[in-house]
Amino acid sequence: MRVLMFGWEFPPHIAGGLGTACYGMTRGLARNGVEVTFVMPKASGDEDKRFVDVVNASDVETVFGKVDSDAEDIIDKMSFIHIDSNLVPYLSPEDYVTYHDEFVKTGEKRWETGDVWSQRYTFSGKYGANLMEEVARYAMVAAQVAKNLEGQFDVIHAHDWLTYFAGIAAKRVSGKPLVVHMHATEYDRSGENINTQTYAIERAGMHAADRVIAVSNLTRNIVIEKYGVPADKVVTVHNAVRFAEKESEAPERGVSDKIVTFLGRITFQKGPDYFVEAAAKVLKRVPNVRFVMAGSGDMMNHIIRRVARLGIADRFHFTGFLRGADVHRMFQLSDVYVMPSVSEPFGISPLEAMKSNVPVIISKQSGVAEVLDYAVKVDYWDVDAMADAIYGLITYPALSQMFAKKGLEEVTSLKWNNAAAKIKSVYEDVIAEQTRINR
Amino acid sequence: MKTVCFYFQVHQPWRLKTYRFFNIGKDHNYLDDLTNRAIMQKIARECYLPMNALFLRLIKESKGAFRCSFSLTGTVVEQFKAYAPEVLDSFRALVDTGCVELLCETYSHSLAALSSKEDFKEQVKRHAAMLKQEFGVKPKAFRNTELIYSDEIGAMVGELGFKAMLAEGAKHVLGWKSPDYVYAGAGDQSLRLLLRNYKLSDDIAFRFSNQGWCEYPLTADKFAEWLTQENGEVVNLFMDYETFGEHQKASTGIFEFMKMLPKAVLKHGDLSFATVSEAAARHQPVAVLHCPHVMSWADEERDVTAWLGNDLQNEAFGKLYAMKDKVKALHSADFDYVWNFMQTSDHFYYMATKWLSDGDVHSYFNPYGSSYEAFINYMNVLSDFEIEVEKALAAKRKKAKKQ
Repeated sequence: MRVLMFGWEFPPHIAGGLGTACYGMTRGLARNGVEVTFVMPKASGDEDKRFVDVVNASDVETVFGKVDSDAEDIIDKMSFIHIDSNLVPYLSPEDYVTYHDEFVKTGEKRWETGDVWSQRYTFSGKYGANLMEEVARYAMVAAQVAKNLEGQFDVIHAHDWLTYFAGIAAKRVSGKPLVVHMHATEYDRSGENINTQTYAIERAGMHAADRVIAVSNLTRNIVIEKYGVPADKVVTVHNAVRFAEKESEAPERGVSDKIVTFLGRITFQKGPDYFVEAAAKVLKRVPNVRFVMAGSGDMMNHIIRRVARLGIADRFHFTGFLRGADVHRMFQLSDVYVMPSVSEPFGISPLEAMKSNVPVIISKQSGVAEVLDYAVKVDYWDVDAMADAIYGLITYPALSQMFAKKGLEEVTSLKWNNAAAKIKSVYEDVIAEQTRINR
Repeated sequence: MKTVCFYFQVHQPWRLKTYRFFNIGKDHNYLDDLTNRAIMQKIARECYLPMNALFLRLIKESKGAFRCSFSLTGTVVEQFKAYAPEVLDSFRALVDTGCVELLCETYSHSLAALSSKEDFKEQVKRHAAMLKQEFGVKPKAFRNTELIYSDEIGAMVGELGFKAMLAEGAKHVLGWKSPDYVYAGAGDQSLRLLLRNYKLSDDIAFRFSNQGWCEYPLTADKFAEWLTQENGEVVNLFMDYETFGEHQKASTGIFEFMKMLPKAVLKHGDLSFATVSEAAARHQPVAVLHCPHVMSWADEERDVTAWLGNDLQNEAFGKLYAMKDKVKALHSADFDYVWNFMQTSDHFYYMATKWLSDGDVHSYFNPYGSSYEAFINYMNVLSDFEIEVEKALAAKRKKAKKQ
């Protein structure tokens, strides 16, 4: 079976859930015998370059070095195509305009995203003047790619709304079935105040698709309720997680106090304010605990002021934006990890915490809550329950040890191979349906 | 005979380095040595050394008719010793002429007066001891950090044996009264107050190089003429010493202005210079000045909201002084050293969120991008310091038990 996949560049170039998920998924698919032609946008910023750049798997960088170092098995199953474009995941139309204006004004080519894992991107002014224009341009190039590859793939798979038009275009050109993958909905990103253009593209992509894959039942319900997609078209395939083989040494601890960590963008979606309120409640009861908020975001100053007003600033620390090794170090230093997200389609960070032997508390409003048993689950707004769980995990060693040990086992069993097998069966279904119709 | 009283504030804080959460418990060096050294040496080169040399010359040329006062904080003297000992020598030379008075203040340029009497007294005593050791003088007059003053603070200062104190000639306190007289403090009526003439002081300190100012360019003769026109007995010109060469760069002509000023002033027979104590002794207080609320020389509001005006500052201030008993119990010079530089008011100033009217002043030598960064960094350092204090206390207790 052969797939034409519109995905996102692998870590370290992008990351957050999307790049990491694409990487794990393609590896899993390759292991399941699926051949993947992977199309991704990449801004070369170089005027002479051709629109499309076909690269070798061994030329694609990943977070763990070049792909070929530990993955010979996938090299012959995958080929990569770069489309010259400014698109990056999680880009909103507003952001795009900001960056574009900035570029026009200053000629500055780089920016940073607010995500904890994020890296720097190159931004070039030669592409579309706004995000929608760029999405459309990307779709046209994608159609050409599909045409060139005619007969070389059986199914199309598109990740994230930015590539949905590309997926639709490829489907029209080739007549092959389309699967779209919902990693996050506009409702997760913006609450109820959605960007209607984004919503319209997401909706169009899902309605044009033969199947929609949602990363959690939570997301699946949103897709069905808010986008009007027929329920039998939407399949949940939970993300998995892949870890670097080498285990780095645990950093030396500076403080003897217990450390409770929040790690993520400090934005409304992630529920940082609930973490602060819970921290204040815990600190009233136990003195020897410190809270750490790692990350940055538009709510950061608000949170700092709140911490000062609650009078807990000597026990509540901010690390600012962390990258790469520091993220890992932060997990290793933690005794409890809390993810109080208001809305989280999946949420991969608790899995990373569990991998570092850290017990986790997650909100019931996160997709990852559906796959974890050994995590304390609370409603994000239930500050008392959150404080209670934190208190329990730092006060009773038996409890935290049980969560840490079982959690590690649990998270280790979440393998991309299994998720990829489910995705493969989705492919098989849509291909079978199409042959039935064509017959 | 009208008195012109110059006083210059000399202060630099010990700036903290970027101290992250990961450092807590491991790294006990809190200072940004490179920045501290670079700033100190730059200011020494551009301000302290040339200005001290100029004053020394002016005093000699005028045969002691030119006189002025300085206040050097403990932290700036520490930095002189570490990075620019020649500056300390040049101040000693000035003091030795007998025409320069050194005022007493809080050792770390701290806000201890707003914390408690105990903290305040300790800081003042420490500063007086430093003056004795470094300059061999016993200070008679007092100036509090940023001219922070209230009746209550005046009473504490009087209790400590000082005869005169500086304060801001704040409009909301003076009302129709002129700052150009000596007043008596309401908290301690034997304490004489000299009030800053903020208009004439700021003409030099802020407006001197402002080309949009209708009086630009300001010449020594013009300024001396203004001094004669003031109705009153004493004109108090109080400003930061860094005005010369830093806030007003040498290229603005500020040095030439100061070079010409004594001659221009003394040309008028009815003007003379005096140090703070001399000016306070020379004139009788005309009234008691009531100041029930705390005032300072900062910003348009002349209050303390630049240091204790938002939640961040109040939290940091509260958490800092909550530790005082523990630090005191240690009786350790090393801990006292950190304790002192952590009290410096500049740390709180960096956390200010009121940037509207006086943003420029707030950004002088500010190492932080935002008040939030300043707060996070300060609290991280304070957390580590607290852990260290607790450890040392525990060790001390253990030792005491053994004996």
